[in-house]
Amino acid sequence: MSEHAEQRTTSPSAEILLEVHGLGVRYGKVEALRDVHIRVGRGRIAAVIGPNGAGKTTLLSAIAGLLPCAAGQVWLDGVQIAGAAVEDNVARGLSLVPETRELFARMTVQDNLELGAFSLRRAGRRERDALLAEAFRIFPRLEERRDQLAGTLSGGERQMLALGRALMSRPRLLLLDEPSLGLAPLIVREIFQVVVGLRRRGVSVLLVEQNARAALQIADDAYLLETGEVSLAGTAQALASDPRVIESYLGLGRRGDPGV
Amino acid sequence: MSIDIALLLGQDGVVNGAIYALLALALVLVFSVTRVIFIPQGEFVAYGGLTLAALQEGRGPGTFWLLCAVRVAVALADGIAALRAGSGRSLRWALAGDLGYLTLLAAVLYLAPFASWPAWVQIPLALALVVPLGPAVYRLAYQPLAGASILVLLIVSVAVHVALVSLGLLFFGAEGSQTRAFSDARLELGRVEVGAQALCVVLFSVALMAALHAFFERTSYGKALRASAMNRVGARLVGIPVGLSGRLSFALAALIGALSGILIAPITTLYYDTGFLMGLKGFVGAIIGGLASYPVAVGGALLVGLIEALASFWASAYKEVIVFALVVPVLVWRSLRTHHLEDDE
Repeated sequence: MSEHAEQRTTSPSAEILLEVHGLGVRYGKVEALRDVHIRVGRGRIAAVIGPNGAGKTTLLSAIAGLLPCAAGQVWLDGVQIAGAAVEDNVARGLSLVPETRELFARMTVQDNLELGAFSLRRAGRRERDALLAEAFRIFPRLEERRDQLAGTLSGGERQMLALGRALMSRPRLLLLDEPSLGLAPLIVREIFQVVVGLRRRGVSVLLVEQNARAALQIADDAYLLETGEVSLAGTAQALASDPRVIESYLGLGRRGDPGV
Repeated sequence: MSIDIALLLGQDGVVNGAIYALLALALVLVFSVTRVIFIPQGEFVAYGGLTLAALQEGRGPGTFWLLCAVRVAVALADGIAALRAGSGRSLRWALAGDLGYLTLLAAVLYLAPFASWPAWVQIPLALALVVPLGPAVYRLAYQPLAGASILVLLIVSVAVHVALVSLGLLFFGAEGSQTRAFSDARLELGRVEVGAQALCVVLFSVALMAALHAFFERTSYGKALRASAMNRVGARLVGIPVGLSGRLSFALAALIGALSGILIAPITTLYYDTGFLMGLKGFVGAIIGGLASYPVAVGGALLVGLIEALASFWASAYKEVIVFALVVPVLVWRSLRTHHLEDDE
């Protein structure tokens, strides 16, 4: 169990941006998540590692508001958001990049990015243009392909576009679901470098990864999620040196995960 | 058939086809964004035409009372939802907006001599009365069922259709109406004489299609609608509220329907239930495009108009049968080259 379990934040705190307290999610009778406690500090990267089917994607979907929470609370900067609609959470500065990307396949790269700023539609044109320029600066490849349809991009470019689109809403907290999935090691490294760069600019990240080695290298804090429960929590370093994690998730060559 | 008759029929076919094309566009739009097969689309045609007719005759159109009733129902539904969610702030603004809008309309309808106004003022007034019904219908009938299957939504559509036709009878009465023509001029184009009103219908339809195209390609709300149609989850993830895209698509559908009614009201006598058949013919056109492709839907609707015109010449008793029988080969053809409407990704 997490040592964070006892404390909870109800008012904005200086260090904690996201606090998940006793979260439970059900699919009918099946309990997908049970009493999950997770904290993401301001400007920090928290990684959730664990095997397939542990409930990692469910966790992110529930935090983002795509799935209803059966129990527990979620605070974003002191505001209770459990049960809020996805679009309201986006406006609050919480953006999810799902494993499936969910791009607008028959629209251009630029249209996809501009739609990412839909929640800022009342902001000025200039502000949105600045965000677009920023996204192109982070991913120069997207600028080369700005008039191409999103459906024609390669896997790595799609992941960049999904990430770029999420950044267009100027998130304070980014939820990343398996950003390395199915990508070549070189691209994985590029994406992870971008994530590290985001931390430097004050964006907090909750990163879900099967590629535990890569995730623990860039994360500050880490959680091990197994069969719907947090079975281990601590700093990323602590988890990386935990014998159980080494045995099951970092075992050399056993899972064939590309390191970073 | 002589060439003159062929040209005359062709003209009829294109004029009707243009209206069916507009309705087909609205049907494709509503279906792709909300998965609703919008059977009541035709009712907005009747409402638009009959509201303008009432304005021109100097009667306060019944649409106003319908709009009042519907807005009260929407306010109640929103109020209950806000009570459950425990947030009433945005609701107060919406209520104030509603009240202001209805008061303004009431002031115009009771104090202004709208019957003597020119058509270009009366038409926006008629639209202001009819178009807000679209998003209200979405809010009341469809939004609470946003996650339901296409079949359930279709059944709801049948119910909404019956309700709107009945309300049409209640508020407009059983007798038909025609409106003043925009222009009585007739133009000689080679061998054919074209009525200016018919030309107006075609030109307005083309202009409306161009405007819709620009809306979808250029504006952020238009792009948001396309995005919602393409990928619902993706649209929610970038913060496009499901309710917003639903209300917007229904508002556009109501606008297109009402404008269609206003366009044809000078050349056809409209009754409270005339719209249904027109909507169905637009639906045949939309089906040809698989309820997904806008250009094919327009082409299909034009084809429906032309076939209808020819059928009325050769076998006028079977006119409707021939037009609707067109659906069968189209469905067979479409099912042979199965094409899923699911998202590409």
